[in-house]
This record gives sequence, C-alpha cells and structure tokens, in this order.
Amino acid sequence: MARRWTNDLTLSDVTPKQAYLNRRQLIGAAGAMSLIGGAAAAATDETLEPNTFEEITSYNNFYEFGTGKTDPADHAHQLTIAPWSIRIDGLVDTPGDYAADDIIAQMDIEERIYRLRCVEAWSMVIPWQGFELADLLALAGPKPEARFVEFQTLLRPEEMPGQKFPILDWPYIEGLRIDEAMHPLTIMATGIYDEPMPKQNGAPMRLVVPWKYGFKSIKSIVRITLTDTQPRTTWNKAAAAEYGFYANVNPNVSHPRWRQDTERRVGGGLFSSRIDTLMFNGYDEVAGLYDGMDLEQNF
Amino acid sequence: MTAAQRVNVWVRKVPSWAVYILGAMIPVWYFWLAVSGQMGVEPINALERALGLLAMQTLVVVLAVTPLRRWTGISLVSHRRALGLLAFFYVCCHLAVWLLLDVQDPGRAWADIVKRPYITIGMAGFVLLLPLAATSNDRALRKLGPVRWRRVHTLTYVICVLGAVHYVMVQKVWEIEPLVYLALVLALVATRLPRLRRRAAA
Ligand code: HEM
Repeated sequence: MARRWTNDLTLSDVTPKQAYLNRRQLIGAAGAMSLIGGAAAAATDETLEPNTFEEITSYNNFYEFGTGKTDPADHAHQLTIAPWSIRIDGLVDTPGDYAADDIIAQMDIEERIYRLRCVEAWSMVIPWQGFELADLLALAGPKPEARFVEFQTLLRPEEMPGQKFPILDWPYIEGLRIDEAMHPLTIMATGIYDEPMPKQNGAPMRLVVPWKYGFKSIKSIVRITLTDTQPRTTWNKAAAAEYGFYANVNPNVSHPRWRQDTERRVGGGLFSSRIDTLMFNGYDEVAGLYDGMDLEQNF
Repeated sequence: MTAAQRVNVWVRKVPSWAVYILGAMIPVWYFWLAVSGQMGVEPINALERALGLLAMQTLVVVLAVTPLRRWTGISLVSHRRALGLLAFFYVCCHLAVWLLLDVQDPGRAWADIVKRPYITIGMAGFVLLLPLAATSNDRALRKLGPVRWRRVHTLTYVICVLGAVHYVMVQKVWEIEPLVYLALVLALVATRLPRLRRRAAA
C-alpha cells in the first residue's frame, strides 16, 4: 500500500546546504520535461522553500469561520474535533462511519511537500503529513460503477460562525472524478510540519489535490460519497462562470477576477515579485488524466 | 450655546493643515505596518484593501457633511475640502499599491482595467476624482464660479456609488459590510435628490 508516488523532498532538504539536491528533487517532482526552459527553471527556484508554520496557519480561506484571511486562525479554536468520524457511503461495498482515529492508525502516514495554488493567485509550499486517498477509499471498497467522489465538510454553525450566514450553500461540498481521487498525488492530509492538522487548516483530516486550485482541497471532512453523477460543488453553485468542477491550475485559462498566469508566493513581504504559474501547478504527471479533454471548456 | 454650536466652535479651531497632515499620515502608518510585518503574512493584499477601505470611509464622511449639518447642526464644512482631497489621496495610494506592488506590470494592469468589471468601475471612480481634485482650490472656484463649480462637484455622488459598487464586487460572495456601505452611500445620495431635482428644473 501507499508510497506509490515517491516524493523524496523532505524537510531536511530545505537547508541551504542541500540546495543543489533540493533543486534536483523538485525538478523530479514537478516533471522534468517542463523545466528545461529557462523561465520554468527560474520558477522552480522560487518553489524551494516551504512556508513557515506561522504563514500556513495564519492566512487561510475557510469561509466556515469567516471570509477574512485571519478569521479561521481567530475562530477555529471553537471547533471540537473529537470524536470525529467520516461516513463513507454511496457506491461502496462496506458503507459506514469510520472513526478518524481508526483510519489514521491503519494508514501509512507519509510526508508530502506540495505547492498549494489558490484561485486568488497566491500560493504556498506546505509540508503535509497524510496518506493517499485511494487507501481510504479502499477500506470501503468502491463499486465498479462509482465514477465520482463527493466530499462534505462538517456543518455545525454553533462552532463554525461563518455558517450562520448564507454566503455559501452550506455544507461545503467538493468532488473529484474517481481517477483523480485514486491518483497517488491525491492525499488526505492529517498534519503539517509533524503537528496534528491545525483546526484552521481543516482538522482532523482534509483533502489535498495539489494540481487543482485550493478550494478543491476540502477541509474537515465528515462524509465521502461515491456516486455515478458529477457532484454539485459549492463554489460552482455559487458562481459557475468563475469556478469550474475541474479547477485544474492552468495559467492559460483566465479567471474573471484574477489573472492566472502568475501568482504571488506568500511570505515574500511587501515587495515580493510575482512568479509564473505552472500548468497543473507543476504536477505534469497528472496530464494523462485529461487526455483529449478541452481544458478551456472544462476549466 | 447648543451642543451642536459647541462642537462647531471646536471643529473650527482645528486648523486645516492639521487635518491634511494627520490624514496623510494614515497611509504612511499603514505602509509601515505592512513593511514591518504587522499586516499579516501577505501584506500586499492587506495594504491594498486597507487603503481601499480608508478611501471608502472617507468618501462616506464627505457625503455625510451636508446631511449632518441639516439634521444635527454640526458643521464639518470647513474641512470638507481637506476630507475630499484626502479621499483622493487614499484612492491614489490604493491604485499605486495595486499597480506597483500587486500587478507589477503596466501591460497587465491595462488588461485588467479593460477586462475585469470591478477594476473598470474602481478606475472610473478614480478618473472622475481627477477633475474634482484639480478644482479643489480657491482659484478654480473663482474661475468656475459657484454654480459651475457645484455642478462639477456633483460628480462626488457618482464617485461614491462607483466606489461602493466596486467594494461589493471585489468580494467573492455577498458580504454584509460592503452592502452596508452601498446602502449608506445610496441613502446619503438620496437625501440630495430633491435639491438636485430642483436645481435641474431651475
Ligand atoms: C473610488 C475609488 C475606489 C474606492 C472607494 C475603492 C475601494 C475599495 C475597497 C473598499 C476595497 C475592499 C477593501 C476590503 O475588502 O476591506 C477595494 C479593494 C480593491 N480595489 Fe479598490 N477602490 C477604488 C478604486 C480602485 C482602483 C482605481 C483600483 C485599480 C485600478 C482598485 C483595485 C482594487 C483591488 C485590486 C482591490 C482588492 C481586490 C482583492 O483583494 O482581491 N480600486 N477597493
């Protein structure tokens, strides 16, 4: 099980001494082919260093706690995360409630240092701990007819003050095609920097799909449903022209609000330059999932 | 003396140079907060937004000067020009942060201005502020004469509405705060409608 995808980039790689090694590994992670050109190489130089724990935990979009970037850090402490279970249902052999602790105990927890690209054109590099989603789905045994996976965030307005306002159609729903869900890059993250997942980042367990805009990586998941129809996802319902179902990071498809060809890496301060955004956020190994698809139409 | 008169005496004692200096120091203060890491880990957007909000709030105060005098007798008229010019200054700072620190590229900035409606509307507000800023001095007032000068400055209402609509559109969802500002601006403009209509008829 697990470790199907080798990311040999670990925290020790970020020390300056290891800069050379670091770069080689990133090129591996980002897909060597795309990085031969000078511009792309320059872009990867920017991607070396993970953001600090403080940056990752103080600048979040988690509208369940408010729409401001610091609202999640200010309000998420109200959330109780124990006990926690995830209902896995729909087109599976063994539907049921799976306790978060039991899931984590069974899984092979690995470290994945991923770029995270928000649709708002900012980005971070985050050292996640977690396991492959495919391994969690395997516990419930997806039936062959399952074509999509729908995810749902906790709905608990008493502890999630943002849910008291109908700014989005709560609870938050996201979805993936089954092949995207089974891809070894797709993980359920359970921690950051070897700390249990902070509440503002989606405790106890959240999805991370590094080649898609951040809003796809749904937080604090309570339900996973395998279906044969494409899920109606929250942001897509709110503004279909702005947020597609696929939401793959794509510098060539502009968004009505934010240009997507460049991004700003959080942590660079007031004078930080924009860097080029890479196709699939640099994770070219997923390109095969979309062979023959018009990614401008299916944005 | 009524309470309002007492306030007015106090307001008139504040020299306008003090209003200009204090007002101009707010963006400097924000800039320092952003540089020194006290505006969070992504200071460019934080500064951009802080300045936009400051501009919006100042425009609302400018709009409120006349109704405030009519309803409470408190008069900020002696500082209206300073407040208006400060609002213009704040919008300039907001625009400068957007252009120089956020977008960082004139070609891309232009593309955003023509393509993204919330930017187009904000930019329209800025452009309409230019003639007002240029005529906010005694010489222009004398040259235009009070009637024409006042006609030019009715643009203030349009600018405030554009600013508030821009604020609503900047958000990804329907947020309460920008809608409150929009409602406030529309209500303040509505208090002028009878007078505007009378003037148009005259
Ligand atoms: C009358 C003039 C203007 C007013 C009153 C105004 C006001 C505002 C306000 C209140 C905000 C939101 C602050 C917040 O969320 O706390 C904002 C955001 C913003 N404004 Fe303006 N603005 C004006 C003109 C402009 C112009 C000329 C531009 C650029 C050409 C511009 C670009 C932006 C941008 C990029 C944002 C932030 C968007 C984001 O965070 O994604 N604004 N403005």
